[in-house]
Amino acid sequence: MTNLDQIVARALADLAAAADPAALENAKAGYLGKSGELTALLKSLGALAPEERKSAGAAINAAKGRLEAALDARRAELADARLSARLAGEALDVTLPARGRGRGGIHPVIRTWQRIEAIFGSIGFDVADGPEIETDWYNFTALNNPENHPARSMQDTFYIEDKDATGLPLLLRTHTSPMQVRYARQHKPPIKVIAPGRTYRVDSDATHSPMFHQVEGLWIAEDISFADLKGVYVDFLRRFFETEDLQVRFRPSFFPFTEPSAEIDMQFGDGPLKGRWLEISGSGQVHPTVVRNFGLDPERYIGFAFGSGLERLTMLRYGIDDLRLFFDGDLRFLKQFS
Amino acid sequence: MQIPESWLRTLVNPSLTTEELSHLLTMSGLEVEECVPVAPPFSGIVVGEVLSVEKHPNADKLSLCRVNSGASEPLQIVCGAPNVRVGMKVPLATVGAQLPGEDGKPFEIKVARMRGVESRGMLCSARELGLSQDHSGLLDLGAAATVGEDVRRTLALDDHRITIKLTPNKADCLSVLGVAREVAALTGARLTPPWIPTIPAQNEARHPFGISAVEGCGRFTGRVIRNVDAKAPTPEWMKQRLERAGQRSISALVDITNYVMLEMGRPLHVYDLDKLSGAIDVRWGVKGEKLKLLNEQTVDVDGSVLCIADASGPIGLAGIMGGDSTKAELDTRNIFLEAAFFFPEAIAGRARRYNFSSDASHRFERGVDFDNNVAGIERATELVLELCGGEPGPCVDRVERLPARAPVRMRVARAQKVIGVPIRAEEMAEIFTRLGLAFARDTEGGDEAFVVTPPSFRFDLQIEEDLIEEVARVYGFERIPANPPRAVAAMRTQPESQRSLHELRALLAAADYQEVVNFSFVDADWEAELGGNANPIRLLNPIASHQSVMRSTLIGGLVDNIRYNVARKQSRVRVFEIGRAYLRDAAVAEGELAVAGIRQPMRVACAAFGPALEEQWGAATRGVDFYDLKADLEALVAPLQARFEAAPHPALHPGRAARVLLDGQEVGWIGELHPKWQARFELPQPVVLFELDAAPLQSLGVPRAAHPSRFPPVIRDLAVLVDSGLPAQALIDAIFAEKHPIVQGVRLFDVYQGKSLPEGKKSLAFRIVMQDTEKTLTDADADAAIARAVESLQRRFDASLRS
Repeated sequence: MTNLDQIVARALADLAAAADPAALENAKAGYLGKSGELTALLKSLGALAPEERKSAGAAINAAKGRLEAALDARRAELADARLSARLAGEALDVTLPARGRGRGGIHPVIRTWQRIEAIFGSIGFDVADGPEIETDWYNFTALNNPENHPARSMQDTFYIEDKDATGLPLLLRTHTSPMQVRYARQHKPPIKVIAPGRTYRVDSDATHSPMFHQVEGLWIAEDISFADLKGVYVDFLRRFFETEDLQVRFRPSFFPFTEPSAEIDMQFGDGPLKGRWLEISGSGQVHPTVVRNFGLDPERYIGFAFGSGLERLTMLRYGIDDLRLFFDGDLRFLKQFS
Repeated sequence: MQIPESWLRTLVNPSLTTEELSHLLTMSGLEVEECVPVAPPFSGIVVGEVLSVEKHPNADKLSLCRVNSGASEPLQIVCGAPNVRVGMKVPLATVGAQLPGEDGKPFEIKVARMRGVESRGMLCSARELGLSQDHSGLLDLGAAATVGEDVRRTLALDDHRITIKLTPNKADCLSVLGVAREVAALTGARLTPPWIPTIPAQNEARHPFGISAVEGCGRFTGRVIRNVDAKAPTPEWMKQRLERAGQRSISALVDITNYVMLEMGRPLHVYDLDKLSGAIDVRWGVKGEKLKLLNEQTVDVDGSVLCIADASGPIGLAGIMGGDSTKAELDTRNIFLEAAFFFPEAIAGRARRYNFSSDASHRFERGVDFDNNVAGIERATELVLELCGGEPGPCVDRVERLPARAPVRMRVARAQKVIGVPIRAEEMAEIFTRLGLAFARDTEGGDEAFVVTPPSFRFDLQIEEDLIEEVARVYGFERIPANPPRAVAAMRTQPESQRSLHELRALLAAADYQEVVNFSFVDADWEAELGGNANPIRLLNPIASHQSVMRSTLIGGLVDNIRYNVARKQSRVRVFEIGRAYLRDAAVAEGELAVAGIRQPMRVACAAFGPALEEQWGAATRGVDFYDLKADLEALVAPLQARFEAAPHPALHPGRAARVLLDGQEVGWIGELHPKWQARFELPQPVVLFELDAAPLQSLGVPRAAHPSRFPPVIRDLAVLVDSGLPAQALIDAIFAEKHPIVQGVRLFDVYQGKSLPEGKKSLAFRIVMQDTEKTLTDADADAAIARAVESLQRRFDASLRS
């Protein structure tokens, strides 16, 4: 082994042994520095014969190249090691709970409200709104329910002390149907609208709340039949409950504002309520008097309306058995819908 | 309405099971709410006749009986009932009989030894058969019972009480006959209406009557019957039918009128003839007149109330209830029967006004057959003679004015269009025939049509749709297909410039608020104290005093939600509600979406209680404060920018309350709940809340883009010393009011108040961002802009620059 080979072997060992950047630079200086061994060898070339000088010079330069490459590699190695050590020290317990704010939630009945808007919106239904303190005319008369009619006693109405222009007391709407009148009076057929909102009746027990929510649906055009009502509502229930395993029946009933009128019952094919008929909605073909009150000609325009209770749909959807839970504001109940 | 199945089946008896019959009625619009057997199942119980009663040799309270069960040999039976006697006919449970057990499981009668004596069966009380709670003694089946007959047959126990929830239009079904008519129409089974005799007069006894109010009473039929025995008992068969129809047996005369009403839907009234003073007149009441009713209630009448009157004044509310002064009692000898027709409009709502309802008013309000007055009197006369004896006078019938029965035309094509099914005209004809609706057919105007003349018992057939409904109903809703409708596919979207309330909900839920739904009516105290509203909109008929007025603010509900949850050990409560407030406002005119005089704005309200963040390892725990809610409010209204002005609000801490403005308009309030309300709601820490009108937050406009400047911004900080009471907003406004055009943004980034500053002063530091769209700014440009701001602050607020 030549002297050069020995120097290179020693130098590589020294570089590899350097544990930190300073030691590495020291080791480098011992070979490649001004008074380093390779530097000295290069300086000594002048003493050699020209023919020897050429080959020895090439050998020394090659050795220098090897050392420099080794040096770069070792530098990178040390830098990596240092970064790794730093990052290791910065490690977090990723399983600690997150910082920052929590998340609230939407009320389950409003969640149902939103889903219904989305479902009917998907076949082009608009959404209407209207006042909750209503006039007798919009709540009853326009809907073919004149004063003293026995059908009025079907709904126990909250009245307020203020009166309308005709001297009748204003009332809290007993259903969302006044909104169909208000909407239809402002729009031209085809009218396709749902009107969700708060409604009020003088009734309070485990299955009745004095305030509750309904959604009204109305479709008026030249040819919207009872069969279409069945089609739309059955489809709605299957979308809402996300099951095809659902029986729906329409049974004759009476509402002043529809004729023929139907009560809609449904039955789950599965689950805890399987096999029981559940009343879910009132519906029917809009009564010609009501169509006239829309400002339309009942001879030309026909269609259907329905009104469903949002609490009922919500209870069936999520397995809630007590209506009062919706209005207690109990976070332990409400948070389940976050 | 409740009717016994057995009674119904005497008039129409289709080959359907009870269950099938119920389903049929329900699916044709006569909703069967309940159908319950009149007796629980049991078997092997026969009529036994007690032949002898001896004392039990080994027991004081037991008897040893020999009982004839109809078999050749009498049975020896031990009995403990106090009322057992020789000759009595009682239910006898023979060996092998199944009795209804107390626990619902049947139990079997076996040969038993009781105190050493064999007993081959059991004599039963009504309770032991599950018929009633009566356990005072054996059920006495009466002398007429046939020994050995199955008791279920003797007592007609294989029967059901059918409760039908009738809709107001089905007045024609308010009787057994009415329901039977319906069943016959639906099934095609033969209808056998009750047979109506014609009872000849035995004397000329009449009582004079007249009808002054012909617009209220169109027909009045009466008959005198003399020498009745009002004390006569009501026979078991009638009692049983009445009881199974939900009517208590009262006395033979009253029971007869109820029976005829239930049987044929014909309300009757029976007067004690001797208590009548002079002629009866049907007339409107006169203000000031009073009347004591059968139910002991004394009512005031007036010109809107139809009365039956005699010389003494009103003696009954027509079509509603008779009076106390002329009622038939047990010592009544001579009676006057009344069968009147009152127009629904003359009766509707009157009983409700007096806060009661009667079987008669329920029927007259909805419409009573005006063609069965005489039949009703004849039927009742027959029963009176049978039960109470007596001598009838002639039946006197006065017809003044009857409801018009205008023919109603139904076009076949229209019916098909409305129903959505091409039902054949022949099938429609069959439906009308089965319903007993007489019709003619025409093709006027090219439309094939039916012209139906409604019968006297139908008050619900006035327009074409009424007939279409009958067709659809009898055709069967179940047979109508569920069509997916076809419609023009028009797109429908919310305008981009608007956001829905649901989007606001989503923002608040994401900001850690839980949505609640509170009642719109609240405690009047909340309105006064939290809303400063001494004159709230009051309900005339509140359900509870704490729900007696309409809310003008959502604050009370939210604070109460916090109270409710804190009481349930929740340490942190953040709730929001989106709902209406209700305010009187004379400026609101009647409109397509408005009710005159009442403003009903949709509001968004939030309230927070407890730590700002859920207690956690990563952040120091601190109570939620004004600025937390202000941040939530600003995030909610963004990109709109709200302004805040200190102002007092009755619900809020006077030093921590602000009016919120958007575009210079007040849109709501933010602040800390007043400590006195915090104490009132028993809350241990402050509540911070805001309430805003929702509408201004929903209208955002559509963004308009401008090109960003290509030149770099210059940023300078500016700290000024001002009076500590000066609102920061005033300084920002001042900077903007006279701002140099290059000033793009001003941000208050530091507030300092402390020892190093003069008394009563605070330091506010602003970061001012400047930029030009045309050139790179020089120091001189920036200096000039800052100088302008400083000058403005100095001039307006005596601010001094801090170096």
